Amino acid sequence: MEAILAVVIGVLFAASFYLLLRRNLLRFIVGLIILSNAANLVIFTMGRLTREHPPIIPSDGHVPPTPYANPLPQALILTAIVISFGLLAFALVLVYRNFQTTDTLDTERIRSAEPPEPLEARFGEEAVREQRLPA
Amino acid sequence: MRVLLVLPLAIPLATGVVALLLRRFRGAQRAVSVLGAAGLLAATVAVLTQGQVEGIVAAQMGGWAAPYGITLAADALSAGLLVATALVLLATMVYAVFGMDAERERFGFYPLTFLLVLGVNGAFITGDLFNLYVWFEVLLIASFVLLVLGNERLQLDGAIKYVGINLISSVAFLVALGLFYGQTGTLNMADAAGKVQAAGLSGTPMEAALVSLFIVAFGIKAGIFPLFFWLPASYHTPPAPVAAVFAGLLTKVGLYAMVRVFPLVFGAPTGYTQVVLLVAAGLTMIAGVLGALVERDVQRLLAFLVVTAMGYVLMGLAFYTELGLTGTVFYMVQDVVVKGTLFLLAGLMQQATGARRLGQMGGLYLKRPFLALLFFTPFFSLAGFPPFPGFWGKLTLLQAGFQAGQGWLVAIALAVGLVTLLVVAQVFSVAFWRDGPAEKAETPAVPRATRWATTAPVAGLVALLLALGLWAQPLYDLSAQAAVGLMNPEAYIQAVLGS
Repeated sequence: MEAILAVVIGVLFAASFYLLLRRNLLRFIVGLIILSNAANLVIFTMGRLTREHPPIIPSDGHVPPTPYANPLPQALILTAIVISFGLLAFALVLVYRNFQTTDTLDTERIRSAEPPEPLEARFGEEAVREQRLPA
Repeated sequence: MRVLLVLPLAIPLATGVVALLLRRFRGAQRAVSVLGAAGLLAATVAVLTQGQVEGIVAAQMGGWAAPYGITLAADALSAGLLVATALVLLATMVYAVFGMDAERERFGFYPLTFLLVLGVNGAFITGDLFNLYVWFEVLLIASFVLLVLGNERLQLDGAIKYVGINLISSVAFLVALGLFYGQTGTLNMADAAGKVQAAGLSGTPMEAALVSLFIVAFGIKAGIFPLFFWLPASYHTPPAPVAAVFAGLLTKVGLYAMVRVFPLVFGAPTGYTQVVLLVAAGLTMIAGVLGALVERDVQRLLAFLVVTAMGYVLMGLAFYTELGLTGTVFYMVQDVVVKGTLFLLAGLMQQATGARRLGQMGGLYLKRPFLALLFFTPFFSLAGFPPFPGFWGKLTLLQAGFQAGQGWLVAIALAVGLVTLLVVAQVFSVAFWRDGPAEKAETPAVPRATRWATTAPVAGLVALLLALGLWAQPLYDLSAQAAVGLMNPEAYIQAVLGS
């Protein structure tokens, strides 16, 4: 079971890195979402998987009967999910606000806070326009 | 009293909430904020003095004994950083009361700043790795909103880079935590000490993966080479008080996490870790100072100098000797105040000339001689001139470098110090000595009272820096004490876990 999850995590990381490297900001955000989910799965898997043994203390005991599933990773993941939900919602709104002001999602074009780089001078204006992603 | 340790968290939280409730009443909001910052300063000084009397102060939240509950612990390193943070916060609050625009005040500048400081303080005193992650996120979300507050195009632009790269850093941290927990079975830092060796991880690829993930996660926050590019892209976009808090505190939190976690949890660096840290320190210094050399926008120039300072701090950690860590702690604590002062000073320069770029300033020496006087201490401290505090920090680090036999890094540090001096001299001669530009930038009329009220907190910080430079012994002793504690963590472990 751990092996299967490890493969799943690997595929998720690969997919998210691919998306993070795109120039389109929306894809970047989707990449972040997948990335945070992959991280949660890492925690889940590293806590070791124990099936069909919920960590419940019987009414006449003080400790759950062994073996029992490790509840701590789930508490950690729950915290991480809540946090990343808030952060990603903010990031999405930020990208949308930026789109409203600048009319672009292309990361190469988002550089009003930095000195202008003469992209056109380097590659020629035609090439730059062709390279630009459809908004 | 253990309650004392909760105050650095409770005060900013309470102040932030009250300030939020009072958002319709500007006067009350301002008063609450300044009072809250003053109260925080008093509380942190109390934590520091108690630590000096009793040794390391630790408390278990909710009465759950470590390592199961969440631990708060303040040693000399944490306490020193807490006090420096409160100082910068107080000065920024006084500055903001007179120098912040009404729009940003109304949309929550004060509550957000206090929530940011809540996260920073939490990160400084927590004794639990996962809790450290949570505090990172608290300060991140507050900093995100502070960065875009005002909704200018420049700010949105800077914020996208800042938010994107910091979210990736958070995920790297989370993955590192997951792997670490899976390998050692604990997340309490004191409990984890020695567990890496006990689990037989020393020198294995697993340890290398863990250390690399932690370096990337903390390194992005600290702005070390090659992970610093978001910093000069975003720090110059918000107004001066926000930038002062960011530059003073946020990068330090990342480096604090490194200084806390690596010696305590991983022990002496193994394999190529030390080489990676040494090279990163050297390149961070070089990259930062070269960026500052060609930059003409004052705040952006300062942002590059923030990067350079991180190189110096990292250098001491990379040596991994007692003297090196002493230098690291000294430099880090004084740099909180220096960077806060510098960005507020940049705000004053902008206020006096109405310009952001060096070329359009000019003639400040004639117009605002007092400002020129204030300029000296933080800027020349940055260049490492005696008797300013930066000099003592650099001296200790260079000594440590020779002692550790890393002469090449000492050479780089000295050369970078020289170039920093060039940068500082350039700023001074262009902005202060040279005549103003032919076509004047639009200088906003600033009332005399506002001018003095915004200069006063900067003057206070400068006076403090001067005192710190002339009488460096107390801070040096504190740093040495922190360094001894970092190299021999038995006392820390004892304080957290009990006997």
